[in-house]
Amino acid sequence: MKIHEFQAKELLRAAGVAVLENQVCPSAPAAASAFEALGGEVAAVKAQIHAGGRGKGTLKEHPEQHGVQLVRSAEEAADVADRLLGCHLVTMQTGKAGQEVRQVLVEAGCAIARELYLGIVVDRSLASPVLMVSSAGGMEIEKVAAETPELIFKEAFDRDAGLDAYQARKLAAALELPATSMRSAVQFMQRLCRLFVEQDCSLVEINPLVVTEDGQLVALDAKMSFDDNALFRHKDLQELRDLAEEEPTEVQAGDAGLSFVKLDGNIGCLVNGAGLAMSTMDLIKLHGGEPANFLDVGGGANVKQVTEAFRILLSDHNVRAVLVNIFGGIMRCTTIASALLEAYESVGFNVPLVVRLEGTEVTEGRKILEESGVDIITANDLTDAAKKVVAAAE
Amino acid sequence: MSILVGKETRVLCQGITGQAGEFHTRGCLEYGTQVAAGCTPGKGGQEVAGVPVFDTVSEAVKQTGVNATMIFVPAPFTADAILEALDAGIEVIVAITEGVPVLDMVRVYEKVRQSNAVLIGPNCPGVITPEECKIGIMPGYIHRKGSVGVISRSGTLTYEAVWQLSNLGLGQSTCVGLGGDPIVGTSFVDLLKMFQQDTETEAILMMGEIGGTAEEEAAALVAEQIEKPVAAFIAGRTAPPGKRMGHAGAIISGGKGTAEEKVSALEAAGIVVAESPADMGAAVKRAMEQA
Repeated sequence: MKIHEFQAKELLRAAGVAVLENQVCPSAPAAASAFEALGGEVAAVKAQIHAGGRGKGTLKEHPEQHGVQLVRSAEEAADVADRLLGCHLVTMQTGKAGQEVRQVLVEAGCAIARELYLGIVVDRSLASPVLMVSSAGGMEIEKVAAETPELIFKEAFDRDAGLDAYQARKLAAALELPATSMRSAVQFMQRLCRLFVEQDCSLVEINPLVVTEDGQLVALDAKMSFDDNALFRHKDLQELRDLAEEEPTEVQAGDAGLSFVKLDGNIGCLVNGAGLAMSTMDLIKLHGGEPANFLDVGGGANVKQVTEAFRILLSDHNVRAVLVNIFGGIMRCTTIASALLEAYESVGFNVPLVVRLEGTEVTEGRKILEESGVDIITANDLTDAAKKVVAAAE
Repeated sequence: MSILVGKETRVLCQGITGQAGEFHTRGCLEYGTQVAAGCTPGKGGQEVAGVPVFDTVSEAVKQTGVNATMIFVPAPFTADAILEALDAGIEVIVAITEGVPVLDMVRVYEKVRQSNAVLIGPNCPGVITPEECKIGIMPGYIHRKGSVGVISRSGTLTYEAVWQLSNLGLGQSTCVGLGGDPIVGTSFVDLLKMFQQDTETEAILMMGEIGGTAEEEAAALVAEQIEKPVAAFIAGRTAPPGKRMGHAGAIISGGKGTAEEKVSALEAAGIVVAESPADMGAAVKRAMEQA
């Protein structure tokens, strides 16, 4: 689960990690009064959407306007907020349609001496949380990793003991921070690592992390996401979820216990198991088609779930054909065949449906489909299924 | 031989009184697995599918001599169940449960590595040595006894591959589902080494997917140490970056963990990579003919 920058900064502040004064604003007048309240000569007005790259991103409606802008008066703050709010911000992470800006964050300025990068993730190979820093602040870390990996420094830290002070000093030294910043740096890093573990984060990213002219470390931006599997023990975090930032069909699928990801193609797929679902998409592509989605109905899908799955697939008007690929293991092919027919009846199909069944009770399952008289194209194996659905979609 | 489990393995089911635990205990018993005990705290003294239930794993070990376990307890309690099995001296721990928090696994992983036990999973279909011992949720009947070792990060894709192998007349020595989570107890590398040592295994099929670098690490090991023919398939060539594809671990993040990188690493190590998921069984055949 992702959260907004302003929400992440509230969590940072509560954990004793330095952030600037700010106010989240739903309207232009609120942005003007926020500027007054902050009382400085300059402030930043920042579009609040989940996607990254907001500073470089531009509005779909006003391509000359960026998602983060500096302002020097209350009027200017209101103007910028007015332009951002209700428009769609397009960044490298949003896709062409962009994401609607519903709130802006008005934040005090500060005197910046240096811009750094800081990120915390769980490293899969080490099976440990890792803190990474880089002197190349403000840049995409992926780019730094690819082009100048020598600028990235990492320390794995113990989940329970946290980051040791010497580890923080090592990283501070690698960043060539002056002695006067050492205390601030150690505190900043240790508190952030503790927060990462306490809140079951999957990512904490401070980019840029700035060193102010008086040597203090401050989080100028903040991105946090959380391990969905651990949300059961963080009721307070669950309330931070913003459904407006998520793809509606993905939310609908999630509620039905389905795992669904929307894609841009025109062949809908319904598969049991994540690995097989991914492979089915690959197979469609291999035979010249474009998958419209990833959809895993899970190991024990019932009529209700299959019906919901079809509804979601067919609500995408790009979909020209649907491929159902089931390897019945614990789930019997007869069960899935009956569920398919029921769902087919109740949803009302308007595109060709190709079904490939294999596994437990496959003969009986195929027989149920054949005898139903429903207009289903049956396939004998994976390749046959892919060829038939690609042909049907054309 | 075969690896990890065989005829002699005596199995415990943690969470046996739950719906999934009971259902799959019956499935394993029908396959011929020696499921000798179950464990659910507070339900000791009961019987499920004719199997005695104990309150603690150490009690189950003492009374029945179980040396492997399959875990079906709910995700919030899975880490605790694994640690309990570890503490009781269980040698092969198979965690089927999906949805275990990553930071729970950070702690568990470290403890497992300090022990002599092997943890398979979590979020996996389990382990099967055909016609000897099935620990998990896979359909037993698709397997044939034979000499291909199978390793995979996913469930139904493994069934698909096993089915293709069996239909080609290629039986399996042992099939292991590693699990689809970012941190799992056992990696491709660990199992490749075991299959290399196993006299019954003549070829290996590994199925990976997007996310992480486990396949690249496997490729490096194969290039250096594995003498047996290896075939592979990577799922997720069409997966978009930044989106989780069902499995918690199946995500391309920061441009890393793409199928292309994995396929080229595997091919560079001399592994036969199936381009289509319909071609996994045939890829093993090709790898064996080339060897």
